[in-house]
Amino acid sequence: MNAVTPAASVETSIERAPKNYLTEGGHTLKSWLLTTDHKRIGLLYLFSLLFYFTIAAIAAAMMRMELITPQGDMVTSETYNKLFTIHGTLMVWFFLIPSIPAVLGNFVLPMMLGARDVAFPKLNLLSWYLFNAGGLLALYAVMFGGVDTGWTFYTPYSSTYSNSHVIAMAAGVFIAGFGTILTGLNFIVTTHKLRAPGMTWFRMPLFVWSMYSTSVIMILATPVLAMTLALMSIERLWGVGIFDPKLGGDPILFQHLFWFYSHPAVYIMILPGMGVVSELITCFARKPIFGYHFVAFASVAIAILGFLVWGHHMFTSGQSIYAGMVFSFLSYMVAVPSAIKVFNWTMTLYRGSISFDTPMLYALGFIGLFTVGGLTGLFLAAVGLDVHVQDTYFVVAHFHYIMVGGMVTAFMGGLHYWWPKITGRLYPEKLGRLAALTIFLGFNLTFFPQFVLGYLGMPRRYHAYAPEFQIYNVMSSAGASILGVGYLLPLIYFLWSLKYGKKATANPWKATGLEWQTTSPPPKHNFVETPVVDGPPYQYSAEAAEAEFKKGEIYG
Amino acid sequence: MADAHAALQEQFEEMPQQKEAATLGMWAFLATEVLFFGAMFMSYIAYRNAYPHAFAEASHHTIVLFGTVNTAILLTSSLTMALAVHAARENNIKWLFRFLAITIFLALAFLAVKGLEYREDLREHLWPGPHFKPELPPQAQIFWVLYWIMTGVHALHVTVGVGLLSTMAWLTSRRKFSADYYTPIEMSGLYWHFVDIIWIFLYPLLYLIQRYSS
Amino acid sequence: MKSTNAQKKNYIRVWIALLALLLLTWGLAEVNLGPFNNVAALGISVAKMSLVVLFFMHGRYEKPLTWVFIIAGLVWFLIMVDLTLSDYLTRGDVPGARQTWRHAEKNPPTLQPSTNLETFH
Repeated sequence: MNAVTPAASVETSIERAPKNYLTEGGHTLKSWLLTTDHKRIGLLYLFSLLFYFTIAAIAAAMMRMELITPQGDMVTSETYNKLFTIHGTLMVWFFLIPSIPAVLGNFVLPMMLGARDVAFPKLNLLSWYLFNAGGLLALYAVMFGGVDTGWTFYTPYSSTYSNSHVIAMAAGVFIAGFGTILTGLNFIVTTHKLRAPGMTWFRMPLFVWSMYSTSVIMILATPVLAMTLALMSIERLWGVGIFDPKLGGDPILFQHLFWFYSHPAVYIMILPGMGVVSELITCFARKPIFGYHFVAFASVAIAILGFLVWGHHMFTSGQSIYAGMVFSFLSYMVAVPSAIKVFNWTMTLYRGSISFDTPMLYALGFIGLFTVGGLTGLFLAAVGLDVHVQDTYFVVAHFHYIMVGGMVTAFMGGLHYWWPKITGRLYPEKLGRLAALTIFLGFNLTFFPQFVLGYLGMPRRYHAYAPEFQIYNVMSSAGASILGVGYLLPLIYFLWSLKYGKKATANPWKATGLEWQTTSPPPKHNFVETPVVDGPPYQYSAEAAEAEFKKGEIYG
Repeated sequence: MADAHAALQEQFEEMPQQKEAATLGMWAFLATEVLFFGAMFMSYIAYRNAYPHAFAEASHHTIVLFGTVNTAILLTSSLTMALAVHAARENNIKWLFRFLAITIFLALAFLAVKGLEYREDLREHLWPGPHFKPELPPQAQIFWVLYWIMTGVHALHVTVGVGLLSTMAWLTSRRKFSADYYTPIEMSGLYWHFVDIIWIFLYPLLYLIQRYSS
Repeated sequence: MKSTNAQKKNYIRVWIALLALLLLTWGLAEVNLGPFNNVAALGISVAKMSLVVLFFMHGRYEKPLTWVFIIAGLVWFLIMVDLTLSDYLTRGDVPGARQTWRHAEKNPPTLQPSTNLETFH
């Protein structure tokens, strides 16, 4: 444990209902909407994200309902196009990209560093407003006719032929993107400049390394997306664009520019999850991480290498074969640091003192599901195989295994882990485990059949399909309904816990890390005194934990 | 606790830390701007590589005089901005204000020249679309689209710069800055120099393609 | 940093150098140097940028960490250019491939889409 003993007042404080960031700083709506407290901003993001997640989930539910039967009999193909576009754009830009960074990162990162807040608290609030301004435009696009280009906005359909609200959605993503850039900028400067005394780079929790790497991607990739969407919109508005083949333009240039951002973006959508998993595995195996330096550098390597592989989304687009080979090779390279992390988590589990609390269930689920997703990515990185499975359900299954099986699972794990810190309440553990198992089963039933479907040749983005594919589609839709129940459960019991959950102590998990050295919920300025750090992170002892377990003293 | 500086924000321990954070933050922001403009430069590179002759011909219709004068104006404005920061460091608030004012004036001059140039370009039917100058090959429209977008986005950044520097001038007149604290002036300077650097690259790419054959 | 007057003189010197480079880049564009026109133009722009970064933006006095940020922005832009060009410069480098970019200028597309497939070989 980092050598800081919590002040005596921290332990007894739950009895006195101390002042904390929820009670200090005002109760009014205005005090929340004008807050610069990173903890409150994290919660503001949580509410916004829940809203957009719900809309995108409803779109998915409608798609899965349509796909129960081979005929396109529930919605027209135009409507179906709008459903998968809404699902994709909202899930990517208005849920996954912010998710862990904006909610857990905002809340926990300054505390992990021993800081009072992020480097630029007002910019932090501005980020949230930019996110919502973009979200409102996206909502307008959804409600007033939808968008049907797919989340990838490929030209010339998006720039010339589509009759939907492309520009509104693109503008929404553009504006929200600047919120992302500011968040990334904030985290980078905070990590460099606001670490507590004694907190060297290699004493930081791995969650911070992940957030830092994610932030580097955010600030370097997102501007390119912004300009690309702007160029596409200009072409759409004035017909004077640069992707128009009639004038000698190249639609593939759009794809290069789009994927230069969007591939690194998928690393924005997994690195934070990996950071959470490092925290969970160490805590619930009661062991220091195996190979701290390797995991830390792997995060940075993923961020950098992730910028070199975007052409693997374009193998079948008309890109040159030589470029395809280069991108394929680089894509195999980028898998290496991810694999290193999986090995290191596994070795951390080995000879650990493992308990299966809800956060750990999610972390273990992450390791398995992310590995499946990552390996199938390598299938896709092989040009020859990609020719057959590109634009099929194989791709859909691959990225859902990583984004849902990986990132969303890690988000759930992190939410459960830090819930006591954020709210001062414990969620009901048994229900937590039940939900985690439900999600795991529902998820696999939904998405594993999609690998088979893709391999057998069912194209993605189609609402009608050949009858021989029906059995797998029915399995997938059944899984989706179970998955839906699995996600509803935490929504219900988290809300329940706010009023009826057991009050939490400062450190219910007996975890290391500076965020656990202060009250639950924390005071407005996080720490009564600035902590001083004099040791590495994850000072757990599996042997000691086993001894305690045998004596019957389990934490709770 | 020792007297905290009036401008010290509560998440920082001391002023040098705050200033270093501001500097890092501004350079990180400028890196994002490099990528933002970078997407347009990438498009330019791709198409100039594909259509070198069409681009050269199209570029001959830009007005070199305006472009060169504007480059000189921006380079000079960078000088006056640097001198403004220097004046702040020397606690010479009078000259800080004056150099800021001159920089703003030069920025407005840039925009004025740009405006005149745009008017000429439009008169020459250099706006892409159905009425584009028929003597030019079709791919010349791609050059001109990029011209309008790149100079347009740059001009937007100049305009934002005018707003930013005007705010700095106003705050200067309200005695907010001294040799002890002038970080916002420096940060504004970094932004302004960046705007200049973008133009330094735009100028040869847009105005000087094979001028020997025009 | 240098004394105040020396600093000011330095700024003026840099400014004069920048204006000189401006005239140079304009002058060279009027001379046919073949491929070196591009090299010269870009090289002079890079030189001007370096002067602005080092002297006007005080890059000379900045810490190595700041330089990491500066270099990163430039390197990332170069990554985008480099790998994208790996596509554009190698299109048609497979025997029997269709009409490529390099030939496109000699056979510019007409403004009406062609219905005659014969023209697509």
